[in-house]
Amino acid sequence: MAEIETHDLDVLVIGAGGAGLRAAIEAMARGARTGVVCKSLLGKAHTVMAEGGIAAAMGNVWPEDNWQVHFRDTMRGGKMLANWRMAQIHAQETPDRVLELESWGAVFDRTPEGLINQRDFGGHRYARLAHVGDRTGLEMIRTLQQRAVAMGMEVFMECVVVRLLLDQGRIAGAVAYWRESGRFVLFRAKAVILATGGIGKAFRVTSASWEYTGDGHSLALWAGAELMDMEFVQFHPTGMVWPPSVRGILVTESVRGDGGVLRNSEQRRFMFDYIPAYYAAETADSEDEADHWYDDKRNYRRPPELLPRDEVARAINAEVKAGRGSPHGGVFLDIASRRDAEYIRRRLPSMYHQFKELADVDITTTPMEVGPTCHYVMGGVRVEADTCAATVPGLYAAGEVAAGLHGSNRLGGNSLGDLLTFGRRAGLAAAEYATGLGTQPKVDDAEVDAIIASSLAPFEREKGENPFTLQYDIQSTMQDLVGIIRTEEELRQALEELAVLEERATQVAVGGNRQYNPGWHLALSIDSLLAVSRCIATAALERRESRGGHTRDDYPKPDEEFAKINHVLRLEDGKLVLRREPLPQMPPELQALFEEDH
Amino acid sequence: MADATTEEVRAAPTGQARQEGDGAARAEAPARPSPRARPEVTSGREVTLLVWRGDASGGSFVEYRVPYEEGEVILDVIHRLAATQAPDLAVRWNCKAGKCGSCSAEVNGRPVLQCMTRMSLFDPREPITVAPMKTFPIVKDLVTDVSFNYEVASRIPPFSPGPPDPDGKRRMAQTDVDRIQEFRECIECFLCQDVCHVIRDHEENKRLFAGPRFMVRLAELEMHPLDNLDRRPLIRGEFGVVMCNITKCCTEVCPAGIHITDNAIIPLKERVVDSYFDPIAWLGRKITRRPRRTPVTRPWSAEAAS
Repeated sequence: MAEIETHDLDVLVIGAGGAGLRAAIEAMARGARTGVVCKSLLGKAHTVMAEGGIAAAMGNVWPEDNWQVHFRDTMRGGKMLANWRMAQIHAQETPDRVLELESWGAVFDRTPEGLINQRDFGGHRYARLAHVGDRTGLEMIRTLQQRAVAMGMEVFMECVVVRLLLDQGRIAGAVAYWRESGRFVLFRAKAVILATGGIGKAFRVTSASWEYTGDGHSLALWAGAELMDMEFVQFHPTGMVWPPSVRGILVTESVRGDGGVLRNSEQRRFMFDYIPAYYAAETADSEDEADHWYDDKRNYRRPPELLPRDEVARAINAEVKAGRGSPHGGVFLDIASRRDAEYIRRRLPSMYHQFKELADVDITTTPMEVGPTCHYVMGGVRVEADTCAATVPGLYAAGEVAAGLHGSNRLGGNSLGDLLTFGRRAGLAAAEYATGLGTQPKVDDAEVDAIIASSLAPFEREKGENPFTLQYDIQSTMQDLVGIIRTEEELRQALEELAVLEERATQVAVGGNRQYNPGWHLALSIDSLLAVSRCIATAALERRESRGGHTRDDYPKPDEEFAKINHVLRLEDGKLVLRREPLPQMPPELQALFEEDH
Repeated sequence: MADATTEEVRAAPTGQARQEGDGAARAEAPARPSPRARPEVTSGREVTLLVWRGDASGGSFVEYRVPYEEGEVILDVIHRLAATQAPDLAVRWNCKAGKCGSCSAEVNGRPVLQCMTRMSLFDPREPITVAPMKTFPIVKDLVTDVSFNYEVASRIPPFSPGPPDPDGKRRMAQTDVDRIQEFRECIECFLCQDVCHVIRDHEENKRLFAGPRFMVRLAELEMHPLDNLDRRPLIRGEFGVVMCNITKCCTEVCPAGIHITDNAIIPLKERVVDSYFDPIAWLGRKITRRPRRTPVTRPWSAEAAS
């Protein structure tokens, strides 16, 4: 093997967003030699863009709130497809994680009593999102970053993992490259925690940054681990639609939580026309009732604008399709006519700023134009609920890259708690595993050489596919054929097109040298984008029903048979294989929560 | 053109046999161009960009003609340039919405976030220069080595609260946290560091002055109602607050709108001066015997702390 920079670690954490940093902090606190690699600079991970808050049943605003209510909301929001144990752990432990964040320096908005304030969000029975204006993600990442720095955490910034390494079926490390120099680096690690976030860049209209190329999903798949629920992609109902350059950028759900409503071109609050039977009992059926709910949650039912995201996204889609959209193909999100300017600027400062600077729209006087944008993938690495362990020994996954907590649809506010709660558990379990392992697993030098050679191959092709064009074509296939509304015919066509794209991907060529070369970096993420795209399309084709983030035009209703299974994907001799896995059964005392009259 | 092709291909029968449960059904598809539309600019607008290209060994401005659409920002045009003419153009970016602070650069000499700088600000007949931040060493093109900032951050003693209330929670009034919440809006774009006269043109001062970003961080800790450390000796010594000469350039460029000079640096200067030279404060310390907060005189070191 050629000379290569090498680091020996107990636990390697891939990703420095909320889950990665929280995992690393825990692993390090447990005495494991821990390192974090991240594709961007520390503090820039996708978590920074989270706006609304951390859903945690702390009871600071509504003393009636408790983990059972949060658990029930999460399960129902995911259309009962979530892993019950993960939903339980999340609901029980997130309040402690929020308090811990505060003790590390996070400064949340306060209640009049001086406690952490909590706001309303879609699908949550009580106001329970701990928040800081509409920049909660920034607060969270900065706090975790500062904690990690104070601990002396080893962080490998602008470093990208290309493959995981195994020794007799167990994790042995990873091969990565430095973006700055283009040189390769070998991590020998007993355990690896994937905290790489999502897959948003597989779609054209997305709230995701360049980093969201499904790295963790594909690293796990290639290492022999299983993925689950990949058909469930969340299209957030409110992304910006104009100007074109910002299409897809998120408009926080807090706008609706704080009083904003959706209207079509006829000025109608159309969400009243889209209340599903499943939520009818708890949703207001008149504007008057809905408007009273903000101040009196005991006697009034919640506005339909705060239905779970899948419902709202489908409704917007239908309105636009019916010709009742806004000038730029969205609908109107109006808070200007409902709240005074001072309130809007205080509660939603970054939204105010974002629209003012990017769209020249003053949201205190003018409605926003919004439409669905690819926001989150519920599917991911199949893990054990308590330990976040994947199906490969030594491999762990936490946060968006892991599957299970959100079922078929994630509730807003349940992501940040996921990062903290399961980040901590993954760090704990990985540190224990690494300590128990004793000797460092062996790395196969020839394999490392082969990985490096294939990573450098794009430089050797005189001419070939432009990675930027290829990425755009992948996004177009996924956007047009595997998007918010799906059909069998289009999914089959998508799989065919992906096969062509996979062929083209073998011919990617890049110019220039290895030093900070974004064209090459993108070329190295194409395989990953293609792998997750194929997983999504494959699972979506097999799920012949509509549920949560997966809507089939040809099977528009939920189907009892599909309510009992998760789709599990893995590679077998290089081929993607799908199997049906029965849902784990909830114990009777939790089952009872769904039978009571709520 | 693209639309017609799209329709044609999408209408074509797939002719694929159904394969139950096996997603690996790869079609024997011929290699053909993508049927879908590509991002082509239809506005007819074009702009001349002068982009600094080079690395630590040197470089120069390179001229490009790049099309653009109404409503775009500089970063969109830089991305189009990369996708069509200069695929190895190095540029940092992430959120594209002014929240992450990655895409800092100097556009027509002004330190800005590229993602928040709209093309409509510029006269389309004039070339636009895009250069990396000057205060930090060049890595390549628009990317600079900002490790100075991470090094300073690691020396700041972290938040150190006392125990929580008996119910496990902590209480602070909103009015008491309003001002530190302003400081925590910092997105670490380092534009304030870039524009700061103290360190921009005087490399040697980087040892002596932490820069505006970290004055904001220190002010946040200093004014935190639950923090128990007294960092004033460090703020005066190690982090060099006295070196700031209050030109307010940092405040002007802050994309988060933080009043860096007025709300962070000047109050820090006052506190430091008070603690050293104010006779009443001195007397107060003598009388109360025990200081409320523990003074820290050495910078933070994770190894020493653990």
